[in-house]
Amino acid sequence: MTAQLMQGNHACALGALAAGCRFYAGYPITPSSEIAEIMARELPRLGARFIQMEDEIASMAAIIGASVGGLKAMTATSGPGFSLMQENIGYAAAAEIPCVVVNVMRAGPSTGLPTSPAQGDVMQARWGTHGDHPIIALTPSSVGEVFELTVASFNFAEKYRTPVILLIDEVVGHMRERLALPETGEVQVVNRAMPGVPPEWYEPFGMPASDVPALAPFGEGYRYHITGLLHDARGYPTTRLDEIQPWLERVFRKIERNLDEILMWEEEGIEDARVLVVSYGSTARSAKQAIKQARARYGRKVGLFRPKTLWPFPEDALERAAEDCQRVVVAEMNLGQMALEVERVVGRNRVLRVGRADGHLITPEQILDAIRETPGSTSRRRVTVPR
Amino acid sequence: MQKHDQGTYDYLRSSKKFPHVWCAGCGIGIVMGSILRSVRKLELNQDDVAVVSGIGCTGRMPVYMDFNTLHTTHGRALAFATGLKLARPELKVIVVMGDGDAVAIGGNHFIHAARRNVELSAVVVNNSIYGMTGGQSSPTTPLHAFSSTAPYGHIEPPFPICDLALAAGAPFVARGTVYHVTELDKLIERALGKRGFSLVEVMSYCHTTFGRANKMGSPIRMMHHLKENSITVGAAERQDEGSAGKIVRGVFRDEDKPEFTELYDQMTKEADGTPPPRKRLVRKGWT
Repeated sequence: MTAQLMQGNHACALGALAAGCRFYAGYPITPSSEIAEIMARELPRLGARFIQMEDEIASMAAIIGASVGGLKAMTATSGPGFSLMQENIGYAAAAEIPCVVVNVMRAGPSTGLPTSPAQGDVMQARWGTHGDHPIIALTPSSVGEVFELTVASFNFAEKYRTPVILLIDEVVGHMRERLALPETGEVQVVNRAMPGVPPEWYEPFGMPASDVPALAPFGEGYRYHITGLLHDARGYPTTRLDEIQPWLERVFRKIERNLDEILMWEEEGIEDARVLVVSYGSTARSAKQAIKQARARYGRKVGLFRPKTLWPFPEDALERAAEDCQRVVVAEMNLGQMALEVERVVGRNRVLRVGRADGHLITPEQILDAIRETPGSTSRRRVTVPR
Repeated sequence: MQKHDQGTYDYLRSSKKFPHVWCAGCGIGIVMGSILRSVRKLELNQDDVAVVSGIGCTGRMPVYMDFNTLHTTHGRALAFATGLKLARPELKVIVVMGDGDAVAIGGNHFIHAARRNVELSAVVVNNSIYGMTGGQSSPTTPLHAFSSTAPYGHIEPPFPICDLALAAGAPFVARGTVYHVTELDKLIERALGKRGFSLVEVMSYCHTTFGRANKMGSPIRMMHHLKENSITVGAAERQDEGSAGKIVRGVFRDEDKPEFTELYDQMTKEADGTPPPRKRLVRKGWT
């Protein structure tokens, strides 16, 4: 094991390489560009592919194409580019093509505040595409966790044949921490299932017991059709209810039945907590500090619930954690996005939002103020402003 | 199968439910036949051929063809194909697009694919209109023509697709029509054999929308229109009588140019084991 001081973005690139990423396509955008730069340097040395495309739409298309060719593929971008990628992310979901999309979030909307931090793309990660499909989105809050969750993103993408979104906020992407790099072989790597049947029996969108059909790379003798049209088990377009309905059910089921593996979160001090702080990414670091102070200085019983998996949302775990809490403070660098999910789970009367979207970090003091509010004393929709 | 298949039947999917989506009399099927005959002529293994398409009438072509087929999003076929070709350089990747697909929504990908020179064979079926959506103007709709979004006549000049590819640096650029089928077979065959990006623009027609809006009559009359209003490159160069303003058919460029994946592999060999200069990265402490 070797320890190095490095940026979150660097850890992301190294995590991708450790997970077996062998194709990167991207378009420059701050604060994500270091990932592209490192991949441009490292992939050719592995005999693997790096390509800078003409825009983010093309980047997303290229990684899907490469994944169809059998390579583990990723792209990295930030808000404006993430918006452009949405249509093809939907394609990857519909065609069930594994790929990883990293979004190093900066403040929006539009060009916004380049490149100050934000967590404003968490809802876009879930609902940015048109139509209904499940998605997996993960968010790390330290450099070490960037590495871990990048590996997890590839593993989930391969295992469940789905696009996976990794949401890193600018702070985590650019801050430097010590990362203990695991040795080769210490990283658990999942590869997509290959068909175990002859080509004439192969159903790329069939109904196996696992709900995840094997994905044959193009060029291996399994000639089949992939389309963004809703399709039957062989991949041919269909409008038949008896073919569409089972497909829709299966793509949701393949995620829902594996929540035990996909849902990841951290809990701290929830055993005796009367107030729960829900926070993620870099904001959770402020939350930890606020909780420490609340307990030490004011004797408040405060716990932390930090989802690492944002989508699907770990609702059961949150419900349990918040059970005995009178108040749930949701701190995030936006004006109330995951707060909507928290309110859905714990009921909106208990929730106090702490948010900001001005490109500045949420300070421990802001969260501490919210923790110290008496329930019911302030507006539920209060958004704190910097002091 | 009977004689009429001209050797293409083997390359059609027996498992796919026919009939196809195209209107009776459409030119797109002719282009599909031409591609299949070229694949046969070049004796390509079906497993080693991929056909990628975007959205629109032409975008539906791959589903009938028994290769590795990828029907992508509108305008993005070349970008998907670029990723696929880089992952699987041994595949012969054919990209079929309509005019709206290739040079309206996909215009940016089109010029960059031509510039980048990844070995992709692009076949653009140009019917001067958006057919599938009901006959709206496309970037190749002729000036003054009528369409469902140009009820008073089109006031924009059309995009010359071949010129666009030539200007962007494509090493093989050609144009054919769905009337001159023997010639088209040869053009597509040459394009498929090209080491580098190749473009064949195929002039077709949409009698259902464009023909109706512009009172051009039956598919047969529109075929005759292609016959009477097109000339060969040679005739155009000689400026034969009556050649002005006509569609020019033939090969506009066929030259050798280093192909992207070849250059990449060369770079990979050089990069193997020996790290590139790390000027900036070392300064920032990222190694």
